[in-house]
Amino acid sequence: MSMELLEKTGIPTDDMIRSAFPPVERINRGRVAVAECYQNIPCNPCQSSCGFSAITVGEDINNTPKVTFDKCVGCGACLTKCPGLAIMLVDGRNEDCIEFSIPYELLPLPEVGETVDALDRSGEYVTEAEVTQVLNQKGFDRTPIVRFRVPREHLYTVRNIRLRRGS
Amino acid sequence: MIKTELLIIGAGPAGLCAAISAAEAGTEVLVVERSPRIGGQLIKQTHMFFGSERQYASTRGIDIAGILMDKLTKYGDRVRILTETTVLGIYEDGMVTALHREDDYFKIRPNAIVVATGASEKALAFPNNDLPGIYGAGAVQTLMNVYGVKPGDRVLMVGAGNIGLIVSYQLMQAGVEVAAILDAAPKIGGYLVHAAKVRRMGVPIMTSHTVKAAMGKDSLEQVVICMVDDRFRPIEGTEQTIDCDVCCISVGLTPLGELLAMAGCEMKYIPQLSGTVPMRNADYQTTVPNIFAAGDVTGIEEASSAMVEGYLAGLCAAKHTGHTHTEYENKRADYIAQLSQLRGGPVGKRILDGIAQQLN
Ligand SMILES: Cc1cc2nc3c(=O)[nH]c(=O)nc-3n(C[C@H](O)[C@H](O)[C@H](O)COP(=O)(O)OP(=O)(O)OC[C@H]3O[C@@H](n4cnc5c(N)ncnc54)[C@H](O)[C@@H]3O)c2cc1C
Repeated sequence: MSMELLEKTGIPTDDMIRSAFPPVERINRGRVAVAECYQNIPCNPCQSSCGFSAITVGEDINNTPKVTFDKCVGCGACLTKCPGLAIMLVDGRNEDCIEFSIPYELLPLPEVGETVDALDRSGEYVTEAEVTQVLNQKGFDRTPIVRFRVPREHLYTVRNIRLRRGS
Repeated sequence: MIKTELLIIGAGPAGLCAAISAAEAGTEVLVVERSPRIGGQLIKQTHMFFGSERQYASTRGIDIAGILMDKLTKYGDRVRILTETTVLGIYEDGMVTALHREDDYFKIRPNAIVVATGASEKALAFPNNDLPGIYGAGAVQTLMNVYGVKPGDRVLMVGAGNIGLIVSYQLMQAGVEVAAILDAAPKIGGYLVHAAKVRRMGVPIMTSHTVKAAMGKDSLEQVVICMVDDRFRPIEGTEQTIDCDVCCISVGLTPLGELLAMAGCEMKYIPQLSGTVPMRNADYQTTVPNIFAAGDVTGIEEASSAMVEGYLAGLCAAKHTGHTHTEYENKRADYIAQLSQLRGGPVGKRILDGIAQQLN
C-alpha cells in the first residue's frame, strides 16, 4: 500500500480506505467501526476505550489499530476517544442507504432531520445527507457524534458533513 | 532571598510533573512560572492529546493541566508556586535571580534546580514578514484559546507539522476560514490522522510550497507562494497569490536553554532535537551536578514525554537533595521504560538519534 498520496495531500488512496473497511456482509448486519489510522504513531486510547476487546494496538503503542469486526458491536465508544478523530461507524441494515456515525466537533451542531452536504475525504461535495441522530453525552467530553444517511453507493466516498445554514 | 531545597523553573507539563515527583519523595519545592497561568503549552490545547493513556492521551490538553495541579496540591505546604515570575539568571555560585511582575526583583538560593522552560517558536524570513497579521502559531492559539480573540477571517498556515495542522483545525472550530496549509517539505510532517481531518474539511495541504513574500498596505492582505524543488529552491513561474488577513507561521520550535548555558551546563547543537540542548545523563542531570532539565528544553518532543521526563528528573533531583523516594529504583526504571516505549516507533527514531549524541 503506498502512503505517498496521503503523505503529500492528507487524502488516503482508495486501496487504503477499502483495507480499513469490514466486509459488506458485516456492514449489513449493523453498526461497525472503521478505523482509518494508517501511520505508526505512539497512540493507543482506542484500544482501552473498547469494552468488547474489538480493537487491538498491542504491546507496542506505535502499532496501528486492528478492528476485529466480529467482536465490534458498533457502540461508538472509540469514536469520541480517538484524538485523530479517525474512527467512524457504518451501518448497512437498510437496503438503500448507509448510515454513518462520525465524531463532529463544530458548532452549531446539526439537528435531527436536517439536510446537510455529505463530503468526501478532500472536503468536496458528494451528495445530500439526512441527519438521523445527534449524541452529545457528558462522557463524550465535548466530542459529539452525528449520525447521517446517504445512498448506499457512497459507502467508500463519504467521510464528513457540512451544514447548509453556515456557521 | 528565598531558600528552597528544589527550584523548578517553568510550570508546563515537565515542570509540574517534576514538582509532583520531588514533593512525593519528601522534597520542599518552589515552582516559578513567568506567565499568570499554570500549565505551559497545555493551557491552549483544546484538542484531545494523542499518546499513551498512561500520559492522559485522549484527554484535552487544557484538562491535563488541571489534573496535574490537583495532584500537586495534595502535597500542601511542601510545594510553593510563584506565577508571573521570570527567572532571569542562574549564577556560578548557585544563586538565582528572578523578577515578579514589573519591578519586584529578588534572589533564590536552591540546593538543586530542574529547568523546564520549554521552547520558543522559530521564525521564517521573507519580504514584509513584519506586517501586522503575520503571527506565530503559538500567538494565534493563545489569542483564540486563552483570550477568546479571533485573530482574523482568513488564514494561510505555513507548516504542516502537528502544530500547523492542529491550530488550523482549532481556527476552523473558531469559525475562521483556512485558505491552505503550506509546507516546504515534500511530505506532511505532522500525524496523518490530523492532516486527513483538516483535509476532509476542505483545506488544501500544499507540500513542496513556501512563502515568497507578504503584501499589504497597513496590514496583511495577500501572500505570494511558490513551489520549491527537492533542495528547497523556489521554482520560477509557480507563483500564486493567496488572499488572507492572517499568515500563521508554524515552522517548528527550538529549546529555550539560555538559563542552562548561563549556569555553565555543557550545551550542544543537535538538529534532531531541534536546537541547542544541554548534555545530560540518563537521570536528566546536566553537567552541572545540581542542575537537572526536563521537557522541550532538552529537545523538542511532546507533552507525553515531557511529563515522564519531568517525573524522572524530579525523582532524581529529589535524591540529589537527600530525599530518596522509598520506591526510587522501581520508579526510575518505570519512567525510563515509559520513555523508550513512547520513542519506540518510526516517529521516535529521529529523537533517539539525537539523544544518542546528547547522553554523557
Ligand atoms: C499546537 C500544539 C499542539 C500540541 N499537541 C500535543 C499533543 O497532542 N500531544 C502531546 O503529547 N504534545 C502536544 N504538544 C506538545 C506539548 O505541548 C509540548 O511538548 C509540552 O508542552 C512541552 O512541555 P514543557 O513543560 O517542556 O514546556 P512548556 O509547556 O512550553 O512549558 C514551559 C513553561 O516554562 C515557562 N518559562 C519559560 N522560561 C521561563 C523563565 N525564565 N522563568 C519562568 N518560567 C519560564 C513558560 O512560561 C512555560 O509555562 C503540542 C504543542 C502545540 C504547540
